[in-house]
Amino acid sequence: MQAAEVQEGLTSFVREKSAADAVRLENLVRLSGGASRETWTFDAHLQGKGGAETIEGIFRCDPIPGVPSMPGRALEYHLIKAAWDEGVVVPEPLWDGDDRFGVKFFTMRRVPGEALGARLIRGEQYGEARRLVPEQLAQSLARIHKVKREAHPELHPLPGPIPGQPTAKAEVDNYEASYRLATPDPHPVFELAFRWLHQNMPLADDCTLVHGDFRLGNFMFDEGGLRGVIDWELAHWGDPMEDLGWLAVKSWRFGGKQPMAGVGDREAFFEAYEAAGGFPVDRKRVRFWELFGNLRWGVITISQAVNYLVGRSKSVELASIGRRTAETEWELLNLLEGKGD
Amino acid sequence: MQDRPTVDELLEAVAGFLRDDVMTNTTGRINFHARVSSNVLEMMRRELNHREEHLGREWAGLDGLLGLESAPASFDALQARLLERNRDLAGRIKDGFADDADVRGRLLAHLRTTVHDKLVVSNPALAADA
Repeated sequence: MQAAEVQEGLTSFVREKSAADAVRLENLVRLSGGASRETWTFDAHLQGKGGAETIEGIFRCDPIPGVPSMPGRALEYHLIKAAWDEGVVVPEPLWDGDDRFGVKFFTMRRVPGEALGARLIRGEQYGEARRLVPEQLAQSLARIHKVKREAHPELHPLPGPIPGQPTAKAEVDNYEASYRLATPDPHPVFELAFRWLHQNMPLADDCTLVHGDFRLGNFMFDEGGLRGVIDWELAHWGDPMEDLGWLAVKSWRFGGKQPMAGVGDREAFFEAYEAAGGFPVDRKRVRFWELFGNLRWGVITISQAVNYLVGRSKSVELASIGRRTAETEWELLNLLEGKGD
Repeated sequence: MQDRPTVDELLEAVAGFLRDDVMTNTTGRINFHARVSSNVLEMMRRELNHREEHLGREWAGLDGLLGLESAPASFDALQARLLERNRDLAGRIKDGFADDADVRGRLLAHLRTTVHDKLVVSNPALAADA
């Protein structure tokens, strides 16, 4: 969208929602990145009977009209709201959008910090943050997993397990289908991994809200550690162990030596998660999801390279991601041989 | 036969230009893509230097799993046939070829070798660590 359109529409939106007498909107800036989503920052100065207030806000919207392909994207406001109500560290949700822009949008308060994974792992200023983050993540994850389907009719459109099938099956099938559709060449390691997943499908029926992309890179942090869990568009109903396994995926450690997000010891993390009210940790199921997670990221590296191969993108970065598939194959072999760390 | 510089030497020159000149004079997206491009050229140098050895080893490993076959003489034919043999192997694994413990052990050893060779080209730091 054009800045002038956002400026005008957002000013009246904030005035209506806040019931302020006057709203002055300043510093509207579109953040770079994210072709699937537009993110703008703004400062709204509110003037009303009760006095003055400044909201440091974020405006998130779809780039084009229509129903988003991922239910989690359409429901991002409600997801953050449900998480906020459980005490998860997330940006404070302000107001869900209406139809004034013709695209889905919502607003939330800005949180301080940054999200680049490698910076948390290597930044000299983040020594204390590295120490604090594992327990903070464990606590937020336990709270995310307290969001139950029965209590949230507004979140029912999120995808979930197919009744009568193992919780994991729909997800394994989904990534296997996109692998078979996308891959330009054979990957024996992936075949071995898919077969292992089918043969070791967990039968547990724990089912709760799963963030779906709970990993370094989707956490805002500063010197004080975790400031906000972001990027909820892959949220779904499923096995809570899935988020624990995804957090341990090798690529999401960004070179960090510890398994959990590159900074957390595995067992200490599980203990903190359970102590915060999370589900009892089933280590075998976490390994299942960790293996699935490495395979999932491997399939994504192939899909990204295919965007270059078929001419959808000319990016040298996307092209070179095709050569990162081997890293996921190596980690899959470690996990298949029981040599994961 | 072409004159010097060799392909390897030319790739080295362009990679050095991207790293030492373009990167130091740019920021943001161009800087990042210059870094990626320089890394890609270094990867190509490693691939060209290792490919005969790596493809030969992969062929021998597939012989052990799928049965002996004489390797095509030309490089292009060797690469095309390797792709077919890997497709064959992938299909067999999907159908349960590696459910047998003995086959599984030999298959894992073969895959360790070939994936490690891929890492020597694409991510030498990880390959050295592994």
